[in-house]
Amino acid sequence: MEKREYQELVKSTTPKPKRMCNTVIAFLVGGLLGALCEIIRALLINYYNFKPSESASIVCFLLIIVTCFLTAFFDFDKWVIKFKAGLIVPTTGFAHSIQSCAMDYKKDGLITGIGSNFFKLAGSVILYGIVSAFIFCILRVVFYG
Amino acid sequence: MTIFYSFIFCGLTCVIGQIILDNTKLTPGHVTSILVVVGAFLGMIGVYDKIIEFVGAGATIPITSFGNNLFNGAYIGFKSNGFIGLFENMLTNGSLGITTAIIFSFIFSLITKVKD
Repeated sequence: MEKREYQELVKSTTPKPKRMCNTVIAFLVGGLLGALCEIIRALLINYYNFKPSESASIVCFLLIIVTCFLTAFFDFDKWVIKFKAGLIVPTTGFAHSIQSCAMDYKKDGLITGIGSNFFKLAGSVILYGIVSAFIFCILRVVFYG
Repeated sequence: MTIFYSFIFCGLTCVIGQIILDNTKLTPGHVTSILVVVGAFLGMIGVYDKIIEFVGAGATIPITSFGNNLFNGAYIGFKSNGFIGLFENMLTNGSLGITTAIIFSFIFSLITKVKD
């Protein structure tokens, strides 16, 4: 079989992603997560007298703990596959990547397993976040003062 | 009303991520990195803080807010302490997410049994 024919065959048999469906699911899941966090934040401000900045931190803190807990003891992996970007883009994706890396490599020991693979996926977020923040900070200082 | 805005904003951010995932060959790692850089850029223009004031927690939950936090820390550090202050204060606002994720995922990974 020629290379071109083979490529056409592969193209015809690979399942096409349901883009519209995926987008709607991501919108609903991400939106509901955001709305839930805003409800918790409003409760913290109105009934427990926290400052707005403090309450945002507490919401983020709770979300990360809940995600780590669900990944460790329940099937959060399956939910991420099902809801895709709805759970990857919020902070849940960051916590989930760290937790799942730590659990996957636990069998290799504390140092060579958990320690060296902890930031395997989340490392890119931290690296490019810090590099871009550094560059943008220099740019802002140079152009705006 | 901020609950509704949170729904819209957080949902739209996820939709952008999903569109990038579906239409290109980029992995979730690429998408989160791109969104962090976008968040730092929006922080530089000064837009993201206004969005947070308007939207509330819906804007602090997506990973873009991590980039904004890093930029804010660096900029405030530069203002107060000069060039070396940028390096001292880069992680002050962003450390909440990193530290919480490290400590709790370490504890939980010690507790759980190894999967097959």
